[in-house]
Amino acid sequence: MRFLMIEDSEDLAQSVAERLRLDGHAVDRAGSLAEAEDCLSAAPYDLILLDLSLPDGDGRGFLTRQRRARRDVPIIVMTARAAVSDRVDVLDLGADDYLTKPFDFAELEARCRAVLRRRGGASETVQRFAGFTFNPLTAQLVVAGEARELRNRELRLLEILLAAPERIFSKAQLCDRLFSYAESVSDNAIEVYIARLRKKLEGSGARIDTVRGIGYRLSAQ
Amino acid sequence: MRPRGAISLRARLVLQLLALAAGLAVLLFVTVRTVAGDAAEETLDGVLGAATLAIADELRGGDEGVTVDLPHEAFSILGSISEDRIFYRVAVADATITGYADLAAPAAWAGAAGPSSPEFFTAPFRDTEVRVAAMQRVVLAQGRPVTVTVLVAQTRSGQAAIASRVANRAAGIGLGVFALAAALSILTAGSVLRPINRLAEAVSRRGPQDLRSVDHPSPAELRPLVLALNGFIARLRAALMRTETFITEAAHHIRTPLATVRARAEIALRRAETDEARETLRAVIRAVEESARSASQLLDHATVVYRSDRLAREPVDLAPLLERLAQSVAPTAELKDVTLQVAGTGAAVRVTGDALLIEAALRNLLDNAVKYSPPETEVSLDLAAAEGAACVTVADRGRGLSGSKQADLTRRFARGANVGDVVGSGLGLTIVEEVAAAHGGWFDLTEREGGGTCAQFYLPLA
Repeated sequence: MRFLMIEDSEDLAQSVAERLRLDGHAVDRAGSLAEAEDCLSAAPYDLILLDLSLPDGDGRGFLTRQRRARRDVPIIVMTARAAVSDRVDVLDLGADDYLTKPFDFAELEARCRAVLRRRGGASETVQRFAGFTFNPLTAQLVVAGEARELRNRELRLLEILLAAPERIFSKAQLCDRLFSYAESVSDNAIEVYIARLRKKLEGSGARIDTVRGIGYRLSAQ
Repeated sequence: MRPRGAISLRARLVLQLLALAAGLAVLLFVTVRTVAGDAAEETLDGVLGAATLAIADELRGGDEGVTVDLPHEAFSILGSISEDRIFYRVAVADATITGYADLAAPAAWAGAAGPSSPEFFTAPFRDTEVRVAAMQRVVLAQGRPVTVTVLVAQTRSGQAAIASRVANRAAGIGLGVFALAAALSILTAGSVLRPINRLAEAVSRRGPQDLRSVDHPSPAELRPLVLALNGFIARLRAALMRTETFITEAAHHIRTPLATVRARAEIALRRAETDEARETLRAVIRAVEESARSASQLLDHATVVYRSDRLAREPVDLAPLLERLAQSVAPTAELKDVTLQVAGTGAAVRVTGDALLIEAALRNLLDNAVKYSPPETEVSLDLAAAEGAACVTVADRGRGLSGSKQADLTRRFARGANVGDVVGSGLGLTIVEEVAAAHGGWFDLTEREGGGTCAQFYLPLA
């Protein structure tokens, strides 16, 4: 996905962008509303991440202007203000969703997916690999013409593996990305999801290998 | 003891006006009584004096001594005025010529008494008290001048009757004046205080957020108060704005770096080589999450306390509110493959209150349910209305209460015995209970059959 992040804190913008790039997203950064307008007129975006306090104005004004001009790129507001009233405020102004800083990237992604799903998908999101197609928005896996529903953790696991086929991911790496930091789970919990995903991928020509003592790898037969 | 100045202005005004009216009434009573009494005495003295003069005029001196021919008109004048008894005495030195010998002459003459003006005094006589008119005349008898004393006395029951009649009238007039003044003073107090009441009403009718200055028309005497009030409102507004700006700024300055820390920690975690580094980074992320959550709930709690004080009473339809809430929590639930089942939102369920607070309470319940749910379970969100109350039920298949009492869990910063590793601040259920109480509703937390927790949030129907 291609994000436009409007955030004036250089540090935060840089680390969020870096973090999102790790998941394979493209991120453009704008430090002010003026820069944001420039970016928007130059390139299409799937989603805008908008901070509310910006050097050249309030993010809410930007939100209102976008919606009034019928530019409907989904906007997720990320802000340091966490009061209940602020949440209601920005949703009323036309934001698609709302995240308080600091945010969980898994949650950010889940919210992006939910927003895009509600909007009926933004750009081409279907991925193809060794005999199956996969749409992360609808959580649908199509193997030999047969549609198979993926649960959220299966979907995210497949997304992770699919981002780098043939690369070996350790159990720990997968755990960190699949489970929230708030829950403490043993690394072996990942085995359940690997087993399920293997079952869903059956007959597709793709397989998940166990690399004993190291981790897992997605490869085409 | 009531502090000075705590007595109602109206009571004070009425009391002071009443005291004034009472004073005036008493003064009026005393004046009328004194003036009327004096007048009555003067009149009676005049008649008494005239009778004395008439007797004195009848004194004749001759060779056989002093004689007097009592004029009957004198006594009939006295008798016509009242039913009082009359005594008289005509004496030369101590020898009584005619009349009552025991009617005593004054011990000393004031000297002012001339041949035609009698002297008056009050003296006891027999078993009563009498008013006496006394005068002396010099008569030539047996060739020598002889001083004759004429005394006429009258009992004063007639005067007492007149005085009491006058006193009754005076008391009646005094009471009448007092009653009239009392009624007027109550009316006056009311009309003087009306602008104050109107002003108070205009100020107290305002909504909790209304910090405009007061421009209610008020009399000149109230202008300083209104000015002071407006000054105060302006200062309050400025202080609130400063606080709000400060909180926003503080939140921004704390949360933005926290977000940076979290993002960097996640990036580092992605690249972590050792288990040790991984554990450390996970701990960092958890700490960041915990502080952020605590900050949010403290802010939410402050909002709840502030808004509960002056609760907005607007119609709220719970059905769309729950739909919106479910939609907003769904992505978080999805991360754990927790399914949100929403039921009962097909028809409107209307309550009265502050939509913002209700949403905050329900969000806390729903967040809790999702947070404590194991993966791939279901959280159900039910809306129902029965027996005058709307009921929102949030049920999960989490770890339940394991014996913790609801009263303990809703205490500030209290958390269940079994929360273990789940991040939380312990303010969530406090918020829920406070919102329910502020709306006249209640909140129940029960162990669910088959495991899990069932939270029920009741609000009176509109």
